[in-house]
This record gives sequence, C-alpha cells and structure tokens, in this order.
Amino acid sequence: MPFGHCTATLRPMSGQITVSVNGETRHMPQGATVAALLSAIGLDTRKVAVERNEEIVPRSTYATLALTEGDTLEIVHFIGGG
Amino acid sequence: MTATEDDSWQIAGQRFQSRLVVGTGRYKDLEETAAAIEASGAEIVTVAVRRVNLSDPKAPMLQDYVSPKRYTYLPNTAGCHTAKDAVRTLRLAREAGGWNLVKLEVLGPAPFLYPDMPATFEAAQALIADGFQVMVYCADDPLAAKRLEDMGCVAIMPLGAPIGSGMGVVNPYMISAIKREAKVPVLVDAGIGTASDAALAMELGCDAVLLNSAIAHAKHPVIMARAMKAAVEAGRHAFLAGRMPRNYSADASSPMSGLIRS
Repeated sequence: MPFGHCTATLRPMSGQITVSVNGETRHMPQGATVAALLSAIGLDTRKVAVERNEEIVPRSTYATLALTEGDTLEIVHFIGGG
Repeated sequence: MTATEDDSWQIAGQRFQSRLVVGTGRYKDLEETAAAIEASGAEIVTVAVRRVNLSDPKAPMLQDYVSPKRYTYLPNTAGCHTAKDAVRTLRLAREAGGWNLVKLEVLGPAPFLYPDMPATFEAAQALIADGFQVMVYCADDPLAAKRLEDMGCVAIMPLGAPIGSGMGVVNPYMISAIKREAKVPVLVDAGIGTASDAALAMELGCDAVLLNSAIAHAKHPVIMARAMKAAVEAGRHAFLAGRMPRNYSADASSPMSGLIRS
C-alpha cells in the first residue's frame, strides 16, 4: 500500500485519505472527487486522462467519482513521440 | 493519373491527402515541433502518452502547439513491453482525446530496438479486441506482415532500418514484397535518414512514410520537413508514373539522323 511508507510526520489528519498519484503520495479530504484532485494539482481536465486502480476514469465522471483510501491514480497527457 | 487528380489515401475509413506521417518527438522545443510539422504538410502526427509532471502542472503541453483539432493524433505505445501496458496506455490515450486509431510498437532491447514480434502479435490482438484500429510497427518480414493484416490491423508499418538510425530503406526487396501482398496501407516506419530515403520508400509503392528523427535531428528541421514533403510527393509521382526499365547499355537520347556533315 502506498501509505505503508508514511512516517509519523506524514500521517494524514483525520478526515483525510491517502492516495498515490503518478507514484507520489498525496493526501486529500475524505470524499474528494477526481475533479477535486485535478484542481488541487492545477491541471486542465481537458488535456489529461486519468486511470484509477488500472481502470480508466471516464471524463464524464470526474465530478462525481469519489476517491477512496489507498487508490492508485495515473494522470497522463500527450507528449512528443515518434 | 493527372496532376489534378485526387491521390488521397485511406486508413480505417479516414481519408488523407498527405502521405507523410511525422513524429513529434526529439525536437529542441515545442515551437520548433510546431514549425517543422507545419512545414511537413503532415495531417497525421504520432504522439506518446506519459505521466504529467505534478510539480509543474502549468508547463506548456504539446496540444497547445500541435492542435489535435488540426492534426490527427496517432498515440503510440513507445515504452510498453507487454500487451497489458499497451492496452492500458492506449485506453488512456483514447480517454484523453477520443481516438481509436493508434500506433502499436513493442520494441526489443537496445542497441536495435527491433520490433518484438511475439509481443506485438499479442498486443495487437488485445487492442483489436478492445476496439482499437491498429497501425502496427513491425519487422520487414512478409509473413509477420500478412499475419498482422489477417488479425485486423489497419496498416502495416515495417521498419526501413532501426529507429533513429537514419540508415534508410536497407531492404527494399522485402518492403516491396510486403506491399505487393498487403490489402491494407503499408508505411515505411523508422530508419529514414534523408529525403532520398523517403522518396525511395514511395517509389517502392508504399502508401506513406512515417518518420521523426530525420526531421527533428536535421541541422535545420524546418527545411528538412519541407524536403521530406517534396520527397514523398516526388516518390509517389515516380511510382505512379512507372520508372523506365534499367538497361546495361546506353541508348542515345538524341536522334542520330540529320547530323551535319562536312
């Protein structure tokens, strides 16, 4: 689990959940949605795609899908490639 | 065909005028990427799918410079070594942009990054089952090419030479053989080093050429992009025109009659 690495100082406050985003540990309020996460990071939702626990998150559900403790998220975009 | 006749081509029901497909990688910056792609006249561009940089979320993105509204994005599976990774990556690409047309490439190790054909077959099958239209990078192997076509790939893309090598079309006989047998478009993908390589690929009868480094790593990418555009058109016209037969002895171009005599 991603929060297995947390030390005491990184332990989330109550009412918070811990998720992994692109391999980094992040804390979000309980009940936070995918849209809230993208907004907290500062990403334009039109230019990224999100996978949660290896399942695609349809764009139409960003605003309603709540994150849960231990979720593993991947947020990707297009870059130059051949 | 006459100069004014339509010479467009199709992949999976989509029609294109340009027979040059270009990559968007390896440029100095996004401005240069945009300028070179514009100069190439390409309508399809390959793109990679990667994690966003969480520490710099406002960094300029490819889409801001190469608009997916103007160009058909062809997401690739570069860096994927298994069918599972390829499917995951392209599902994300589909969600990011809504495209089904994708470039499958499963590569072996350095130094050749040669197409890993067993893994490519497996990934192609998984992607086709998932509803993708797969343009597939492959070995210049006519049996493999036929098998990929029979599986339902929408374009066969044998390498001219290893990726980024700039060695040109090193086995033109096999590229011709693959093209002769294929009912779907055949593109030479990888290995093109300069304009004459692209022209040769087209003279062999290929439907299009896909290249990246030849433009991005030229001293002047925008000028090379122009050269590639002209080369692909020249090669295509030469193919359609049908070259003269090769002859071991000379055959004078000027008539031998009517010469002045002293």
